[in-house]
Amino acid sequence: MAADVEGVAEQVFIALADPTRRTILAALATGGPATATDLAGRLPISRQAIAKHLALLSEAGLVTAEPGERRRVRFRLRSAPMQVAQQFLAALARDWDGPLDALKNHLDQEKGSST
Amino acid sequence: MGFPDRVERTVELAHPREKVWAALTTADGLGRWFGDRGARIDLRPGGAAEMTWSNGYTVQMRVEQVEEPARFAYTWQIHGLPEDDPRRTLVEFTLEEAGGGTRLTVVESGFAQLPDDVYREEYDSHVKGWASELGELDVYLDGR
Repeated sequence: MAADVEGVAEQVFIALADPTRRTILAALATGGPATATDLAGRLPISRQAIAKHLALLSEAGLVTAEPGERRRVRFRLRSAPMQVAQQFLAALARDWDGPLDALKNHLDQEKGSST
Repeated sequence: MGFPDRVERTVELAHPREKVWAALTTADGLGRWFGDRGARIDLRPGGAAEMTWSNGYTVQMRVEQVEEPARFAYTWQIHGLPEDDPRRTLVEFTLEEAGGGTRLTVVESGFAQLPDDVYREEYDSHVKGWASELGELDVYLDGR
């Protein structure tokens, strides 16, 4: 996995830019670890396409492969990179303009009421 | 490039520093313009503070720096991260006298912190712990 936050966040956003990968990640988040075959049974996506995307996601460190039943590989979502991407979004979503406007209004009102 | 680590704003306020200071550092002030449903604050480094909003949201803060009437800083949780995430951003308010009013600068920093390795290991082991517990339950049920 990339060592810097920028790289980690980038991998997450690249992964999320593709609707098929979003569907796969969402399925792993909601349903827990699953094999490519499990996912192909649940989603309207071919097993080959799922396997290809899982390999890419695994490379990016967003899912981990682990031994499952009957020698099949199960894939598990890794939440740590998602949390790094959340930090990036938190910085973008941080609104100081609203509260600072409210502070201005609050001070102006206090001045008005005291005179 | 650029993972945004800090957000910075400066506003000119037509009010003396003492008034701005009171709005930033008292429960009465914070609970009106910031949290719209009240606030509590223990104004000393290490002291706890809390703000509440009418939508039910509550945020816990920790007072980090108190230098009346020039500097006030606190840390709080990164909004959007899970409740148990230990990372915090630092919010620093600097109040300067400017032409009879106050120039207020707010800097929030720390968005680009990496989760530390200990935390990641703990988290992963916690997740794995759950998976193996569920696996054990499965084995137990299969055995019946």
